[in-house]
Amino acid sequence: MSGFAQNTFNGLVSGAFYALLALGLAVIFGMLRVVNFAHGAFYMLGAFGAYVLLTEAGVPFWAALVIMPVGLGLLGMALERAVIHRLTRLDPLYNFLLTFGLTLILQDLVKLRYGVQSSPYATPSLLSGSVNFGLFDFPTYRVFILGFAALLCVAVWWVLTRTRIGMVVRAATERPDLTRAFGIDVGRWVTPVFGFGIGLAGLAGVLAAPMRAVNPLMGADLIIVVFAVVVIGGLGSIFGSVAAGFGIGLVQAWGEAYLSHFPIVSQTIVFVVMAGVLLWRPAGLFGREEAPA
Amino acid sequence: MTSTVDTPADASRPSPPSGLVAVAHVPGWARYALLAVGLLVAVWLPNGLYPAVAVDILCWALFAVAVDLLLGFTGLMSFGHAAFWGTSAYVTGLVAIHAGLPFPLAVLAGALAAAVLAVPIGYLAVKRTGIYFAMVTLAFAQMVYYVANEWRSVTQGENGLQGVPRELFGLDLTDDYYFYYAILPIVLLGLAAAWRIVHSPFGRVLVGIRDNPARARALGYPVHRYKLTAFVLSGFIAGLGGGLFAVGHRFVSLDVLHWTTSGKAVIVVVLGGIGTLWGGVLGAGIVVRLEDWLSFSGFEAIGLVTGGIFVLVVVLFRRGIWGSAAALAHRLAARRR
Repeated sequence: MSGFAQNTFNGLVSGAFYALLALGLAVIFGMLRVVNFAHGAFYMLGAFGAYVLLTEAGVPFWAALVIMPVGLGLLGMALERAVIHRLTRLDPLYNFLLTFGLTLILQDLVKLRYGVQSSPYATPSLLSGSVNFGLFDFPTYRVFILGFAALLCVAVWWVLTRTRIGMVVRAATERPDLTRAFGIDVGRWVTPVFGFGIGLAGLAGVLAAPMRAVNPLMGADLIIVVFAVVVIGGLGSIFGSVAAGFGIGLVQAWGEAYLSHFPIVSQTIVFVVMAGVLLWRPAGLFGREEAPA
Repeated sequence: MTSTVDTPADASRPSPPSGLVAVAHVPGWARYALLAVGLLVAVWLPNGLYPAVAVDILCWALFAVAVDLLLGFTGLMSFGHAAFWGTSAYVTGLVAIHAGLPFPLAVLAGALAAAVLAVPIGYLAVKRTGIYFAMVTLAFAQMVYYVANEWRSVTQGENGLQGVPRELFGLDLTDDYYFYYAILPIVLLGLAAAWRIVHSPFGRVLVGIRDNPARARALGYPVHRYKLTAFVLSGFIAGLGGGLFAVGHRFVSLDVLHWTTSGKAVIVVVLGGIGTLWGGVLGAGIVVRLEDWLSFSGFEAIGLVTGGIFVLVVVLFRRGIWGSAAALAHRLAARRR
């Protein structure tokens, strides 16, 4: 039983990363119809940025947790204005290709400067040690990640459903033309939303730094799993992306623990789930049907 | 309310991803002349480049044409074609090592394996269109990558398959120069097959599906089945390229299955020109040559250059080389009339 709780907890923690990344992807996709391939690269930049800030300027984790998301969010906004914006009227595939190219560039820039080896990042002292929940001990840092990510998801949900800005964003996501016809300047919100999504990726990266190896390729394979997550949840659905993120984290952790004779399971189970979802509900668990093709 | 058949099925796709320009006005003699020039270049190539690079160009040309068959002529962007290229590379390598068959038979076995793998992946992927199709194929290809990585007893994991023989009835093909001419007929057959598919009634239906799936469906075509057939054919042709690549390098590494390989195949097609078929061949030549030159000059960050090309082409040059040339020819012809 204690093993089960442990696995569930770890699954939720890795699910928190999927959820944060999927949330950013979903928000960006909703507003811009852009699937941002570079999301994994921005996650990596978040972690790397925190590492560089600490080692070269002595900036602590807590400051990095604010600086990196804001900085990367601004970078994302500049990127949206400079290139992505030009392609949003075309087929979404072009922006997918563009961000794929950006991924290669960003990864290699970091590789060129810092090499490919992994760098350790110390857990902030406030969060080292472990917390005791009745029968089990959990590392404090992981408890913090889980709480922080959950809080963030709830905050985003609150902004989207309870504030005027959220209402505009949701309306623009569902019916951009009609929203414009009501006199709402949809274009004004595109750039900030893109920046926000990128900022979330950067935040996930900073959170990952003390827990995972910081290296230029840390976001490369992760982003593909996140794509599978959003296909499962339904890319159009923000709630679906977050739920699928936590769900896949759990399924992976349980698969790893209880099917440990088959090491391949934990890596491929997400794709098997995706295949099942495509058979059962091609639009994703929480997605809406596309028009028949 | 009534819904007109003419509206594209997916409103988020205002224009199909195509640099396709009507080339119907190019006179017949010009086409034969182009074909003749192309064949001459193909025969001359290993005299002007390192033969090993020329071999790579042939393999990548098949890969690009396979991707364009889907992207340019069916309107499906597969971002996971490394699954077929790489699976065929591994199967070809294993067959060549363990069965000692002539390499064309090993490559055929590899390509067939790729086609078989394309059936379930394609069946699931064609349930989605547009950007979702790209994500789904990408994800399944990553799954194949993980399986190959874990299945070390067969694939040797990160060490790769070493010592893939170039057996052909006892002929000595160790020199890349002669090996190039040994694979050229196979590659030309593959390219001709792609051309035949595009210009068959089946290929016309694919283009119809690309341009307006709803109308194709209304006309009674089983859209999913057509897409799946195109996907499997494309997987087979990509497999031919991957198998030849394995024999050409006498070595198979996990790289052949990685998503960067899938992405590179798409860049090659976009650079050459989507929906032009031969543009992909041209793109393969340029990208392979460029990468060889970069790695030869000791430049480490190849991704910086390929990524840069990707960004530039997508932002400024979406018709690609062949598409731009065709548009230019078209405009010149129109002016003369």
